[in-house]
Amino acid sequence: MTEPADQRPNSTNEAPPPVVMEPSSIRLISTLAIAGLVSGIAIVAIYEATLQTITENKARELREAVFKVLPGVSKMKKFQLEENGIRFRAEEGKDENTIYGGYNQQGEFVGYALPSAGPGFQDTIGILYGYIPESRKVVGMEILESRETPGLGDKIYKDLSFVSNFDNLSIDPEIVTIKKGMKSAANEVDAITGATISSKAVVRIINEGNERWINQLPTYGIPLPEEGSPE
Amino acid sequence: MAKTPESVYQEMLKGIWRDNPVFVQVLGMCPMLAVTNSAVNALAMGLATFFVLVGSSLLVSMMRKWIPKQVRISSYIIIIATFVTIIDYTLLALFPKIHKELGAFIPLITANCLILGRQEAFASRNSVRFAVMDAVGMAGGFLFALLALGGVREILGEGALFGVSLFGPNFEPWIIMILPPGGFLTLGLILLFFNWVTEKHKEAQMRLLQPAEERSS
Amino acid sequence: MMTDAAFQHFLWIFISALLVNNFVLAYFLGLCPFLGVSGKLETSFRLGLATTFVLIITAICAWILNTYVLPHAPYLRLISFIVVIASVVQFIEMLIKKLSPALFRSLGIFLPLITTNCAILGLAIFATNREYSFAESIIFALGAGGGFTLALLLMAGLREESELSDVPTLIRGTAFNLIIAGILSMAFMGFAGLFSS
Repeated sequence: MTEPADQRPNSTNEAPPPVVMEPSSIRLISTLAIAGLVSGIAIVAIYEATLQTITENKARELREAVFKVLPGVSKMKKFQLEENGIRFRAEEGKDENTIYGGYNQQGEFVGYALPSAGPGFQDTIGILYGYIPESRKVVGMEILESRETPGLGDKIYKDLSFVSNFDNLSIDPEIVTIKKGMKSAANEVDAITGATISSKAVVRIINEGNERWINQLPTYGIPLPEEGSPE
Repeated sequence: MAKTPESVYQEMLKGIWRDNPVFVQVLGMCPMLAVTNSAVNALAMGLATFFVLVGSSLLVSMMRKWIPKQVRISSYIIIIATFVTIIDYTLLALFPKIHKELGAFIPLITANCLILGRQEAFASRNSVRFAVMDAVGMAGGFLFALLALGGVREILGEGALFGVSLFGPNFEPWIIMILPPGGFLTLGLILLFFNWVTEKHKEAQMRLLQPAEERSS
Repeated sequence: MMTDAAFQHFLWIFISALLVNNFVLAYFLGLCPFLGVSGKLETSFRLGLATTFVLIITAICAWILNTYVLPHAPYLRLISFIVVIASVVQFIEMLIKKLSPALFRSLGIFLPLITTNCAILGLAIFATNREYSFAESIIFALGAGGGFTLALLLMAGLREESELSDVPTLIRGTAFNLIIAGILSMAFMGFAGLFSS
């Protein structure tokens, strides 16, 4: 837990503790500098040691979410949305205008996984949903982030009958929330009794996502490059 | 101050019950109440705090002779923040699920007044052995308090403990207990209970003392 | 100038921090002054103002660090927040003392107390976790500070009243304050859903 290095700099750099004299400002500054240096080394060490695992965890979490919202998908690629369409995203770093493309076992494009976020009942809800451009349908929805009320609002991801609303949902003209049990059209979602606001929020966030993304997305995505060929 | 070996353990035990940082001193609750909505979260937060407090106390007491008085607080904060960063990354790498639940409240361990308080009041003035014992006791007491809060809130709020259902499906959970108000109310009621026990204890002692005085007079 | 959507977004951040996700009553941040100092309305108000001021400074510092420094060294987040915020607040304290002794007497005395307040670090962490822009950070800080002041004032008012009523001695003290806080927190939960209909 504590490396011996932590104390060594002090014992070599400084004289034995003079109690009577006011310590000079050089000594004050050097103490802080040494503390900062040692702490910096410790922090960089732990960062380097955990970086790989953390990156892998995050990538796996994202992959699992994409596979969950796009049934039948076994391979994913990051896409970058730009003014003149989409391209494969190769760069690391902050995701902005990033979406995900899913491919099946044969390497054929299946659909997009689109992120969207907005205010819920209590705090921001972050969603990833699967979208098939050919049929203009939402085929899966996963809540990535939410602080909705436990026992009520959290049913948006715990209540499987609500989640299954998004398994085959038409987005035209737009998705609408209706009272539970009244679902009759392909673009309707049964709200959760007692959590209407959270249910409506989910639908609104997906509608907003549609508005933001789908008009710019080509129907057949980008074909997967052949195995081994340069991207 | 001559301390016998037994008092090392007394040093440790006092933190757990008599001077319990939460229930008696009401210290360090600032952001920690937020994660006591389940026993697992409380346990994770308690252990993370344990690591930070014991580590910082060990280091501060080891270096107490070299840290000039004027910059001591800054030095302590740097030491504490370093330990917090270490535990933050460790949790993120090894237990990403728990890290997600605790979220922003892990870095907030740095602002826990209990930790800085122990460095200033104890670790900077005592030998390594006592400092560590004191830290273990205080952190143990803190862990115990968080577990008690998290346990009570999960049992009432979800009818479960550590995720294991206790009362079967017919139990109607008191959802309010796992929401923020439940945190305030549970801590308030536990403090009330502690007050009541102390009061009873005092009364009992008075009753014991009085007849003795009468007899002697 | 500002579109409707942008305005609504800012309003949501503000109201969310002020009421729905009140720093004290929903996140338990800044409990120490909330339970310790809030005995008098006047003091509470000034403490609230001073805290809001420090929160805004914090938001600015956190945004600058997060935009220009931390992308190169993400692991320095916690340490740099603490060190930079503490130093900037100390510097401003000295500045106020020099420039306006009157202002210092009414607000400045709280500054050292506030720096150790968990709400400050909490704001820096929440704002950067949510990747707020500069303007969003400032609005967030205003909402959080306003919410803190509001909670402090409500608490102080209730406590001033309770001084005059007949509360059993066993309950008086922190336990009593916590239970009041619990009830306030319940009331504030009623603000949830304000923006979702």
